[in-house]
Amino acid sequence: MRYLPHTPEDIAEMLEVSGTPSLDDFFAVIPPECRRSRPMALAEPLTEWELNAHIDALAGRIAVAPEFKVFLGAGSYEHFIPAALGFVTSRSEFSTSYTPYQPEMSQGTLQAIFEYQTLATRLLGLEVANASMYDGASALAEALLMAVRITRRSAVAVSRAVHPLYRRVVRTYLDPTGIRVAEIPFRPDGTTDPAALGNVQELAALAVQSPNFFGCIEDLKAFADGAHGAGALLVAGFTEPLAFGLFRSPGSLGADIACGEGQSLGIPRSFGGPGLGMFASRMQYVRNMPGRLVGETVDLESRRGFVLTLATREQHIRREKATSNICTNNSLCALTAAAYMACLGGAGLRELAQLNHDKAEYLKAQLRAAGISLPFAAPTFNEFVAAFPAGFRDTHRRLLARKIVAGLPLETYYPELPGHYLLCATETLSKADLDTLVREVQS
Amino acid sequence: MTVFPGSTGLVLNEPLLWERGRRGRSGFSLPRRDVERREVSPELSGEAPDLPEMSEVDMVRHYIRLSQWNFSVDTGMYPLGSCTMKYNPKTNERQCGRPGFAGAHPLLPEDLCQGALELIAALECCLAEITGLKAVSLQPGAGAQGELTGMLMFHAYHRHQGRPRSKIIVPDSAHGTNPASAALCGYTSVPVPSNASGILSPETVAAVMDEETAGIMVTNPNTIGLFEEHIKTIADIVHAKGGLVYGDGANMNAVLGLADMGRIGVDVLHLNLHKTFSTPHGGGGPGAGPVCVSQPLEPFLPVPRVVVRDGAFRWSEDFPLSIGKLQAFWGNMGVLIRAYSYIMSLGAENLKRVSQLAVLNANYIKARLKGTFHLAYDRPCMHECVFSDKLQQPHKVTTLDIAKRLMDYGFHPPTIYFPLVVPGAIMIEPTETESKETLDLFVESMKAIAAEARDNPEELRQAPTRCTRRRLDETAAARKPCLRG
Repeated sequence: MRYLPHTPEDIAEMLEVSGTPSLDDFFAVIPPECRRSRPMALAEPLTEWELNAHIDALAGRIAVAPEFKVFLGAGSYEHFIPAALGFVTSRSEFSTSYTPYQPEMSQGTLQAIFEYQTLATRLLGLEVANASMYDGASALAEALLMAVRITRRSAVAVSRAVHPLYRRVVRTYLDPTGIRVAEIPFRPDGTTDPAALGNVQELAALAVQSPNFFGCIEDLKAFADGAHGAGALLVAGFTEPLAFGLFRSPGSLGADIACGEGQSLGIPRSFGGPGLGMFASRMQYVRNMPGRLVGETVDLESRRGFVLTLATREQHIRREKATSNICTNNSLCALTAAAYMACLGGAGLRELAQLNHDKAEYLKAQLRAAGISLPFAAPTFNEFVAAFPAGFRDTHRRLLARKIVAGLPLETYYPELPGHYLLCATETLSKADLDTLVREVQS
Repeated sequence: MTVFPGSTGLVLNEPLLWERGRRGRSGFSLPRRDVERREVSPELSGEAPDLPEMSEVDMVRHYIRLSQWNFSVDTGMYPLGSCTMKYNPKTNERQCGRPGFAGAHPLLPEDLCQGALELIAALECCLAEITGLKAVSLQPGAGAQGELTGMLMFHAYHRHQGRPRSKIIVPDSAHGTNPASAALCGYTSVPVPSNASGILSPETVAAVMDEETAGIMVTNPNTIGLFEEHIKTIADIVHAKGGLVYGDGANMNAVLGLADMGRIGVDVLHLNLHKTFSTPHGGGGPGAGPVCVSQPLEPFLPVPRVVVRDGAFRWSEDFPLSIGKLQAFWGNMGVLIRAYSYIMSLGAENLKRVSQLAVLNANYIKARLKGTFHLAYDRPCMHECVFSDKLQQPHKVTTLDIAKRLMDYGFHPPTIYFPLVVPGAIMIEPTETESKETLDLFVESMKAIAAEARDNPEELRQAPTRCTRRRLDETAAARKPCLRG
């Protein structure tokens, strides 16, 4: 086996030094009743050639661009990834190192994460960002737990226009804690209804997503005022951070915590993971924040350098009193996001966001002209909801055979929205692709 | 004369991203605009974010220089105890980078993602077979999230039995994530000490196990690198009082094909695919922390689960007792593909060989360094061995000094000051992918450092001197946090 360097002579010499007669003797400490009664029944090992063929065959049975036109967003977005980005992020000095516990020989990761934290605060309009979390959904759950720690209150309110799968993760995390989760309905224009907030007692946090699951831009400023008026924090979620290239950032609108999924920033969709849980807050809350933080300092010769810091919040020091059980971050994904933002720059991110917006606006206009109803009137970014006439389910199925995935049926998540589909158009789809979709959904 | 890997060389300085940028540069090829521009209402649109603007060449040089400031498994031996820093095979990168996987949307209709669902089902089968447990969820995104999943399942199980419980037994040698994960489920940790041999005694567990206790969390082999020889008896004690056994699989690399977690009586075990199954650690993630469970716990696994219906793979939510979801989607697929690729490349015989050689390497280092460094527990170890700085203390040299000096010799230091039960711990996990020559060089380095500690201790206190930076002021970093530029 090419990963195992030991020759029979090596093994013999090492056994002798160890004073152990055979490899099996090392395992004499495992009592018979704990041992396997038979060898593992796994497939015969594959050669590298066979492995390539096997995995290529599996990968070949998944519908991807450019063969398929996939008009799906809903928390996972197709964006162009420059060659230079994949090149630098696949450097194995980054990918095959571990958490930078020894800063002197991990300055590459540490500076890169410090840069990520900085760019994340600038994108989200907040004062401090952690080194990242697992994904957008678990980041939202952690944000609500953090708000409960800060306010010492016992209830949270989550908009129903927050990604439905994120809400399920929140329920899983909060289920054993006794924290109450109230759901806030959405209005006919597709945005969260502020009127419902007043009914929740002991409110620690209000969670609103913008752009929300329907692609609609929420009035975060009004929700910040409402939450603060009730003595609660506003947690602003997101699944599409590219939107902040064009729309005002959650921090600038009064959010206390902004958290969400950063996959859009140069990370392949990869069937939903790994992603990047982005997490930022006001500086006053930093000691209640979950996750790793990188800070600037100096070395013995007064040169600038970086270290993991404020570790007294964390599990390896505080154990059961830690702010979270999270041990690591999605470091390589954070580095990727920072490199992606650096590739684009502020002006590039603005222009790319504008193009995403315009593609979706074009598709909306064409669908509307074709007589398709767009029920939610609120402004959107790169995805939106269309309500198709009865019988569209068959059309949707027929289009799959024509290699078009015409959006995500919403009825699974919102029984009150039958025939409603969430459609996404990013910069990766051409006008011709959009025109084809409009033509096909009418046929 | 022995030539150690550590050397000096030209290392280039590199400023922060925004110190390099100049307004007006760009490193991105924007797609051609083929639709009309539609302005956003000025009330909604903000200023463009303040991000550095740089050419492609500047961006590339920036990150290549930073990469050269990192030590990695691909650079050299990284014997970080409990982290299993084994070689990360390159074919795994090719497999997960295939366009079909990298470009796949997670919410594709099932008929359009059969290849992905098949891989998930196949990997679940492999992990169930390897652990000897009944069923698997690949959803948890890291070891700590696997632990949380396990504790949520304990909680759900006891609630379903009609008797929620409030405590959990955690040995004092456990990783900090164990009590922290249990605390998220409202459990109070009941610490139990290891005995003089470094393992748990059944009597210690029996003394605290009661019907208010949800179960026990055990890392086996434990963090001292010793197999918990009484684990079966301990599991019986816990089960007899209606409790459950959580296995922290962080150290699974020692017992592949050897121990059977099902026979031992483990109810939930998480695996770290980034440790045992060779996926790269990424500078701290992403990893994956699948959980494997016994039959009684299967109904509580996260959803959705892959099932076979009418000859095709389907998602199923039809598990009413499930704890729910841990991630928005299905887990870290990119990591799962790499682990699957590794298992398929090795097969049963080679996986067992992995553990045998990992244990051989650790025992070889233990034998060769014994006497030079104080051995906390002088017993046959599994895949890692724990020394301490006790013999160096008379020279006023600490574990930290030894670790820092090892960098100058060209090795990543071992895990230090953990487990907490060994003061000044130096926890060495060489892994199976290091050759005898590399281990010999490592041993020689450690011996040379021990000699320096005696003859020239100041050399150690000043170390490292050959890295990009000298020792960094961590106290100042924490006192006046500067967390962004």
